[in-house]
Amino acid sequence: MEVLGSRDILNLDRALGLYRVLDEDGNPVAGEPSLPDKLLLDMYTYMIRARILDGWLLKLQRMGRVALHAPNKGQEASAVGATLALKREDWLFPSYRELGALLVRGMTEEEILDRALTTIDDPLKGSDFAIYGHRKYNIVPAPVPVANQIPHAVGAALAAKIMGDKIVTMTFFGDGSTSRGDFHAGLNFAGVFKAPVVFVNQNNQWAISVPLKRQTAAPTIAVKGIAYGVPGIRVDGNDVIAVYTVAREAVERARSGEGPTLIEAVTYRLGPHTTADDPTRYRGEEEVKEWERREPLRRMRRYLISRGLLTEEEDKALWSEWEKRIEETVVKVLEKPPLPPEVILEDVYEEPPWNLKEQMKELRESIRLLKELGIELE
Amino acid sequence: MPVMNMVQALNQALREEMARDPRVVVLGEDVGRRGGVFLVTEGLIDEFGEMRVIDTPLSEMGIIGVAIGMALYGLRPVAEIQFIDFVYEAFDQIVSNMAKIRYRTGGMYSVPMVLRSPCCGGIRGGMHHSQSPEAYFMHTAGLITVMPSTPYDAKGLLKASIRSNDPVIFLEPKSIYRTIKEEVPDRDYTVPLGKARLVREGNDVTIVTWGAMVYQSLEAAKLVEEKHGWSVEVIDLRTLFPYDKDAIIESLEKTERLVIVHEAPKTAGPGAEIAAYIAENHIELLRGPIARVTGFDTPFPLVHEKLYMPNIARIYMALKKVMQY
Repeated sequence: MEVLGSRDILNLDRALGLYRVLDEDGNPVAGEPSLPDKLLLDMYTYMIRARILDGWLLKLQRMGRVALHAPNKGQEASAVGATLALKREDWLFPSYRELGALLVRGMTEEEILDRALTTIDDPLKGSDFAIYGHRKYNIVPAPVPVANQIPHAVGAALAAKIMGDKIVTMTFFGDGSTSRGDFHAGLNFAGVFKAPVVFVNQNNQWAISVPLKRQTAAPTIAVKGIAYGVPGIRVDGNDVIAVYTVAREAVERARSGEGPTLIEAVTYRLGPHTTADDPTRYRGEEEVKEWERREPLRRMRRYLISRGLLTEEEDKALWSEWEKRIEETVVKVLEKPPLPPEVILEDVYEEPPWNLKEQMKELRESIRLLKELGIELE
Repeated sequence: MPVMNMVQALNQALREEMARDPRVVVLGEDVGRRGGVFLVTEGLIDEFGEMRVIDTPLSEMGIIGVAIGMALYGLRPVAEIQFIDFVYEAFDQIVSNMAKIRYRTGGMYSVPMVLRSPCCGGIRGGMHHSQSPEAYFMHTAGLITVMPSTPYDAKGLLKASIRSNDPVIFLEPKSIYRTIKEEVPDRDYTVPLGKARLVREGNDVTIVTWGAMVYQSLEAAKLVEEKHGWSVEVIDLRTLFPYDKDAIIESLEKTERLVIVHEAPKTAGPGAEIAAYIAENHIELLRGPIARVTGFDTPFPLVHEKLYMPNIARIYMALKKVMQY
């Protein structure tokens, strides 16, 4: 039976299939992608920067300088590919595993490290770990409880529509998030109001120790969009060109008033959930090895070399350039002073009410007393 | 007697209750293969299988809603919320159902379940891994709220909670999960709900506290004894509602001074209830004002958390205030 006007939305092939531009070894599966050389090289460079920065954040956590880090390794292509489809005025609602997306939006390594190390220049003033963002880049810092940001992205998109702004919002979330109420409510509202939003699900197969099959009995995550009247597209999340291609289509669709899209980027978390996790407790090495072969940087590098856009030497130079630049930034940021204690009582309200003024006095007096008693709180 | 930390004691409580009563099941995120992110449920899946130790999809609303249904049907579910900071998605289920089903059905149905969850600060957990939201639960009629401070109490209180016919919110202060060790009997025992524990005897001032703040209070008690010769009594409330008012009154009859110490923020916090109850009913016992030492009225900060939480200096300031009134 034909359901009127629903053909596009009910496109099961795209929700159940897997869109790819490159195969696992970086060979084009259906002809050369027609994208500018610079864009292809940018994609690769952003992924390199995200990979190096991720390694540093892990190291800094092990040194006790960062409270907690959620490693990105293996998921760079989804974050970079999807956000490259956005315009500067568009808004991003990330989760906590998208360093590449932050870099694409223009955030610098220094700003990210200031945040992670909660230096005096931390733009979020020491509020929480593993979250990043900045108003000047239209990146709304994520809440740590997963999926909370999904309806926010829908609301911002709807607001833009109401206010007549031609902008698009994009939000990232993991496979575990799709089990939460926020996902349901967000997709439902987006479908009903045709909100200009792009949902990017980073399906990395594991929500801490819980595998995808314990998260949903649906054959794919993309197919969930259909029941909300939101087209679902499943894409190889380790193929940066493929992610970019479907994201660009979804962004254009949203901007032209046709409504939301759910993209399922199939990827894999090569590291632990966070630095507090031990994945050897719940998954085998074989599986990790298999996905290491499919990781996104290797694939893109091979493609760029085969297309003649990059030589082995240039590749090495690119890596060492960014390794050097990021290391210099780390050294610089490590020397910055910490945030003063008073920040913990700021930004609760626009103006502090009387109770917080009283408590500021208590805080200062307690700091004086600790000094007097010679007590150092570890 | 074996020496255990709180994680081991809780694990043993669950193991013993599951062996004793086939109606006891455990469900939550990562509680199976992973053994819970703090390993409280470690090994249970091997012993009791996947039907009784259930790794759930990631939804607190689902975990609590489903546990309520299980309890209605006759099981005794112990539902884990990975961090209490994530419980809010399940708030409708807790407030509208878990707490109200007995009342709504005129006592026909009850929800004998335990919601257990790591709580509180002190591990650099930031604002969504450090909260002390006990006041929300104390304020919700129909719930029992518990927070142990020692491995012995943790085991005995969890067993009593599982056997309770009313729903229990069981909050576990994660900063002392592994730092406090003591002898814990390898056998079945319970610690009664609703009873406080006298931690330290004293004559001049009473500190009422719970969770990890018991240890901060003890440090401050030692400090003022050395510095001023003041003798501080410390009471660990253990059950936050229904709290042991008699234990507080009995202590105040002796000391006539009250300081309340908790990690939760001050305004409309759990200390406000205790202070109001004493002021309403037993003001004649007091020589001067009640003092509260609490987390500040802000979200829990990632930076400077030891200054945000009650610490030895802030408890000292409060003791000084009530002693020198």
